[in-house]
Amino acid sequence: METLGHLAHGFSVAFSPINLIWCLVGTTLGTAIGVLPGLGPALTIALLLPITYQVAPEASFILFAGIYYGAMYGGSTTSILLNTPGESATIVTALEGNRMARSGRGGAALATSAIGSFVAGTLGTIGVAFLAPIVVKFALAFGPAEYFSLMVLAFITVSAVLGSSSVRGLTSLFAGFVVGMIGVDLQTGQPRFTFGMSELLDGVDVIVVAVGLFAVGETLYMASRRYAGKDDIVPLKGSLYMTAAEWSRSWRPWLRGSLIGFPIGAMPAGGAEIPTFLSYAIEKKLSRHKDEFGTVGAIEGVAGPEAANNASAAGVLVPMLTLGLPTSATAAIMLSAFQSYGINPGPLLLTTQADLVWGLIASLFIANVILVVLNLPLIGLWVRLLKIPAPQLYAGILVFATVGTYGISQSPIDLVILYLLGAAGFLMRRFDFPTAPVIIGMILGPLAETQFRRAMTISNGDWTVFYKHPLSLTLLTLAFIGLVGPHIWAYIEHRRMRGPEHVPGDA
Amino acid sequence: MLNRRRFLMSTAAAGAAGLAASHFIPAFAQDAPQLQIFVPAAPGGGWDQTARAMDQVLRSEKLISGSQITNVGGAGGTVGLPQFVNQWKGKGNALMVAGMVMVGAIIANKAANDLTEVTPIARLTGEFEALVVPAASPFKTAADFVAALKADPTQVPVAGGSAGGSDHILFGLIAKTVGVPATNLSYVPFAGGGEALSALLGNQVAAGISGYGEFAEQVKAGALRLLAISADKRQEGIDAPTMKEAGIDVELFNWRGVFAPPGVSDADKAAMIKLIETMAKSDAWATECKNRNWTQILLTGDDYAKFVAEDTARIGTILKDLGLA
Repeated sequence: METLGHLAHGFSVAFSPINLIWCLVGTTLGTAIGVLPGLGPALTIALLLPITYQVAPEASFILFAGIYYGAMYGGSTTSILLNTPGESATIVTALEGNRMARSGRGGAALATSAIGSFVAGTLGTIGVAFLAPIVVKFALAFGPAEYFSLMVLAFITVSAVLGSSSVRGLTSLFAGFVVGMIGVDLQTGQPRFTFGMSELLDGVDVIVVAVGLFAVGETLYMASRRYAGKDDIVPLKGSLYMTAAEWSRSWRPWLRGSLIGFPIGAMPAGGAEIPTFLSYAIEKKLSRHKDEFGTVGAIEGVAGPEAANNASAAGVLVPMLTLGLPTSATAAIMLSAFQSYGINPGPLLLTTQADLVWGLIASLFIANVILVVLNLPLIGLWVRLLKIPAPQLYAGILVFATVGTYGISQSPIDLVILYLLGAAGFLMRRFDFPTAPVIIGMILGPLAETQFRRAMTISNGDWTVFYKHPLSLTLLTLAFIGLVGPHIWAYIEHRRMRGPEHVPGDA
Repeated sequence: MLNRRRFLMSTAAAGAAGLAASHFIPAFAQDAPQLQIFVPAAPGGGWDQTARAMDQVLRSEKLISGSQITNVGGAGGTVGLPQFVNQWKGKGNALMVAGMVMVGAIIANKAANDLTEVTPIARLTGEFEALVVPAASPFKTAADFVAALKADPTQVPVAGGSAGGSDHILFGLIAKTVGVPATNLSYVPFAGGGEALSALLGNQVAAGISGYGEFAEQVKAGALRLLAISADKRQEGIDAPTMKEAGIDVELFNWRGVFAPPGVSDADKAAMIKLIETMAKSDAWATECKNRNWTQILLTGDDYAKFVAEDTARIGTILKDLGLA
């Protein structure tokens, strides 16, 4: 077990007092910036890059990794409590998490997300330590055709969030496509839907859209109904943390979420959002409490996606440490930190910088423990936020959303977009259109488009690539089963149930 | 706007400032005790790293007391440029980091402001580009690649950075030189970083074009084969011919340089050029460049202005050929 030896050595690096302090600083800072919408881990690490001139490589990477993992923990807090996602990977968490918070189970939602993050983070880190070479081989087999098929599968599964009316759900989804298309088209360099504004050339940030539709839209809706509806503060029900029933409903989603998140995170174009969508769809399908989804909030819908996004965060480190491939903004900035030490991250990193890499991996295990210890007691504090009376709470959310959005790019245009989308979100809520499909359309639409056009460019316009590649064919088959399977199943069930009734004279 | 105060190193900076005050003080250090650097890109990218490296070297060489870096990112620098032109006018202690990417973005985005409005100070560094193929590729030399391109360009998908960026421009220039119409090329743009590289490692595309630094480690590990580099001469430690040696008459550096705002006095301009020249000749700057795979291609003042004009014309032509302008 060569890996265990390396890992033991890694722990001896990570357990030096100074590195433990860096880890603590990183995780605390990471949790804080995760809570704030707008300030993400990529920007924070970029701002802290000058530290590389001052401290040893091990210390700065332990700090950066702590921030990275910490942000994944913290991001879910505002999603759950305020319906204001701090990171794009926690948008799905807001769907069920905020419902839970409003039905008095905010503590349980925060606990399942913290413990799920711990479980997934630990499993993911074990994956990085032991499976990296295998996973990376699998990830590289994914070309544009395979990615497109993965998107098709994702589109089929998102029907889970379309809501009760497919027409309204699809309308929202297509609105998301349009918003996602704003900006310079990557394939041709031409601007689309920018109306001559240079601020729109880079597109609209998905966080701005999520915060606008969810938080601002919600606030306006609440304000409009201030005197019409009741204004009760929902008391915290049951235990602050999870009940036994909630534990037993959480552990499977944690494991499934980790299994989905880690490999997709390791794919160069996988990202953290798609695994959260897939996990949410699967949990909704498998749950025995489907009635709680979208009403009082189902804990499975928080546990699964939260585990998925943390496992994908670990997955991102696989191509970075084994091949020197940065597959997320945060990884790209961490790689530039390697360069300021004169270390060239590449396929030889594991052999030439064994101390650094294994120290980093060991510190990720420690970071996970610190984070769960740090976050669980904070839950008691966070849920008190929900005791604030509605007018003050929603005013606070508005301030928070505005400041956070301005923090993303320091652009006033983003604030205009935020409030326009807030108004749109208000109208959508008023006329009963679901808002989540807008976000999903916005993320998946352009990805699917880009991968489709890439695949067609490479194949020189030959459609057969999508079913001639075995991986792509497998994914398309899964999507097809997902699409027609439930109907066939329902038909069979229907026949079996109805069967006896239709036999005249029988019994 | 995002102002980065150097709180992390305030102690070190104060110490350096103290030393500078009590010892030798270059004349221009008094004129520019505090430098303001405008980066028209988000933190973390190439321009931002250039600014940060400059700040580090200038302070360690005691040429300035400190600097303040402002990031206004977006659209290849064309969001930040109008701000630098209008709001920073006449500031004698300010510099903007820019480069070839901005020249391309100004043309492709039909931006209202361009680089003739700012004051050229110096071209600092460049990254030459590399043409690589996966290790399993049938192309052994650049000539093999060119032959296949000439035979049928649609069968040779090439991966690189965003459409209209330096990688795409180089591919256009290669095609033009060897007589293949730019409109027939099969160029597969990636958002940069690891994605293009993973398409190469996964054998999804025939070849790749990007900054040499992006590929260097994979070439050393034998996962990619380096066919040619776009530098002006052979590079130490790199076992590959230049494009010119390989029969493709193209030379390209993805250059980065600094500009002062419009309307600065001649004295300020001269002092700034002197400051940057001193920095560029320091050992500390040489080390920074070596660590980051940047080639020093210093060019200052009027020569730099002439170079920017020529490069703008060259890029404009090729973007038109590629159908992007």
